[in-house]
Amino acid sequence: MKFIDEYCNVELSQRLVERIRHKSAREVRLMEFCGGHTHAILRYGIRQLLPPTVEMLSGPGCPVCVTANADLDKAIALSGLPGVILASFGDMLRIPGSYSSLQKAKAEGADIRIVYSAMDALRLARENPHRSIIFLGIGFEATAPTIAASILEAEGERIDNYYVFSIHKLCPPVIRALLQSGEVKLDGIVCPGHVSAIIGSQPYEFIAKEYGIACAVAGFEPLDILLSIDMLLAQIESGKPEVEIAYRRGVRPEGNLRAQEIMGQVFETCPATWRGIGEVPQSGLRLRQEYQRFDTEKAFYVDPGPPREARGCLCGDILRGVKWPSDCRLFGQVCTPEHPVGPCMVSSEGSCAAYYQYQSHEAALSK
Amino acid sequence: MCLAIPAKVLSIEGYQAEAEIAGVTRQISLRLTPEVKVGDWVLLHTGYAINVIDEDAAKETLKLLEEMCEVY
Amino acid sequence: MKSTEDRILLAHGSGGRLSHELVQKSLVPSWSNPVLNRLDDAAVFKLSGRLAFTTDSYVVSPIFFPGGDIGKLSICGTVNDLAMCGAQPLYFSVALIIEEGFRLAELERIVTSIKEATEEAGVEIVTGDTKVVPRGSADKLFINTAGVGLIPEGVDISGSNARPGDKILLSGTIGEHGLAVMSQRESLEFKIPIQSDCAPLNKLVVDMLAASPEIHCLRDPTRGGLATTLNELATQSKVGMRIDEENIPLQEAVRATCELLGFDPLYVANEGKLVAILPPTDAERVLNQMRQNCYGREGAIIGEVVEQHPGRVVMRTRLGTSRLIDMLSGDLLPRIC
Repeated sequence: MKFIDEYCNVELSQRLVERIRHKSAREVRLMEFCGGHTHAILRYGIRQLLPPTVEMLSGPGCPVCVTANADLDKAIALSGLPGVILASFGDMLRIPGSYSSLQKAKAEGADIRIVYSAMDALRLARENPHRSIIFLGIGFEATAPTIAASILEAEGERIDNYYVFSIHKLCPPVIRALLQSGEVKLDGIVCPGHVSAIIGSQPYEFIAKEYGIACAVAGFEPLDILLSIDMLLAQIESGKPEVEIAYRRGVRPEGNLRAQEIMGQVFETCPATWRGIGEVPQSGLRLRQEYQRFDTEKAFYVDPGPPREARGCLCGDILRGVKWPSDCRLFGQVCTPEHPVGPCMVSSEGSCAAYYQYQSHEAALSK
Repeated sequence: MCLAIPAKVLSIEGYQAEAEIAGVTRQISLRLTPEVKVGDWVLLHTGYAINVIDEDAAKETLKLLEEMCEVY
Repeated sequence: MKSTEDRILLAHGSGGRLSHELVQKSLVPSWSNPVLNRLDDAAVFKLSGRLAFTTDSYVVSPIFFPGGDIGKLSICGTVNDLAMCGAQPLYFSVALIIEEGFRLAELERIVTSIKEATEEAGVEIVTGDTKVVPRGSADKLFINTAGVGLIPEGVDISGSNARPGDKILLSGTIGEHGLAVMSQRESLEFKIPIQSDCAPLNKLVVDMLAASPEIHCLRDPTRGGLATTLNELATQSKVGMRIDEENIPLQEAVRATCELLGFDPLYVANEGKLVAILPPTDAERVLNQMRQNCYGREGAIIGEVVEQHPGRVVMRTRLGTSRLIDMLSGDLLPRIC
């Protein structure tokens, strides 16, 4: 596949790994913010290629994992309202909330449809004029503009049964919150690729300037990730942190201005609650006044009851990078991919699911 | 993260386009990338083209990688 | 509304005249053979030797999908279950549970498709049953089939027979059935040039056994995909397995669809593929034989059985690193992140 296979080149990857090994002098701690990178690093076994001096930490960049239980509970409650079809990306179905999951709600009779796109949810609205279609708007800056666009389409077509439950989250504010807490010590950050396709590389400048941390925006193929690590090591070595782009075919410094405009037209920033991190100012998106008629919060009322966290679950600490999955007493015992307690074990980008695979893999090889 | 993969735009009608990845096709939206022309490659995420792929930059990155790794 | 003759009514399952008409006009003539045609309460036939006996229920939705339908699947699935024990499938039962209002024309298409599949596999339907349930109690049509087959002398195939040193063969490209069905089912709106691989594999197994009767394990990687099947075999045989990503045959369109929807093709269902585990000395010979058969043309040796890490499957990635391949957990759901 074009623009993918070239960046999986084995020979070039091996040479780049050699270069990284050669270059890596002192111990560095890097965070891949994005869950997609966590997934790709596991998929290609990239950790095995890196020298022991390079430690990779997984960040809170999995939209599913950082969704707070209160929001998840509300989505589940919304799906149970009469006349409602809840449309969701497949990712959310298995995530356990305080009391249930969308998957369980579906089994109990809620009409929940898995869609690939906000466009598909909009089509459901056209095809079911007497039902209310609630689209569960999750995702970061890569996804939010697509949902903003669907709202503009609904407006243009005068579709009046399409609603969005916006629990979108923004990346730069949460990175700031993480760094400000001082809980994690980092030398470099592999910045998300597709979020940056929208927002560009400029919003990360503060990381380099204010915190002295190296930044590189990366794509998701092996060469993309390795190149970003190479860039980070060079920045760390030279003592000149900046924001570089290792994914230039997909990301421009200014991002996609049109998409930013549409996102800003429909949404405004608001405080958002992140699992494990708590409320982060300006890190969420809600519908602007002019688009309130598409807002689930305005059109429906549900009271799912007070949210509660699974006892002993460390997903929150793990998302902040202050605990390892193996620090959690539930990990691998009570909490497994078959019986997940926390979201980090469900999502294929979740740190726990990734670490579960990784740990079993190490155990398998050491035998 | 956000799964997005490169797709080639086959035809355009207003904001709608048909895009193709290795024989798999789908109607996609160009709302976020109205500048797209037929034959362009886009980054496709949840049915929306979220960016146009910069083919020159793609080549340059590969060239850069080749150069960087020459001695290794 | 079309006229009611076009549709299955509850009365078609009442046991009365309409039931008889359905069986005698729509089913028996198509599947005709001396044992079935007697229409007694049970099929009566002679068989002697080591028997294999299996049953499976088919509830696929939609019932028609690119490359097949529920009828073809209901025969191939059960044929393959028998074939994976090394048995030559012979006699089948077919039970239909039909939703009231189902179109007769669609039923006829499926009956024909069942007939064609039995002819290809060389099996006979010797008994059956038809029930009609009220609208909403079933999704159009469910089919149960059971089958018996004979295991030739000297053949000993079981999921617990894999031995360290054995080679792992795969009969072709993976992931087509799962994606072909899903493209029709979920509201995904993709046009996917992928056909289900649904096929009877018994003749392929006969060919392979002719090349080497020493085949230790055979299994068809259906739901849960190749990854789940290999894990089952590794657990059952208490051995480890190593496979090579590069050697696993994959259509480009399957790869692209998987990238789009966030699937790993190793976990996507197949209905016309098999995994064979056999001593290394026979591997090339069986592979060559396999490739002569239309259902094994893209066969490949994908890995080997090892003593280390019993119950675990490790894959060597294209980059030369390794990755643990676990069983499928939960449903395969399209994801965006």
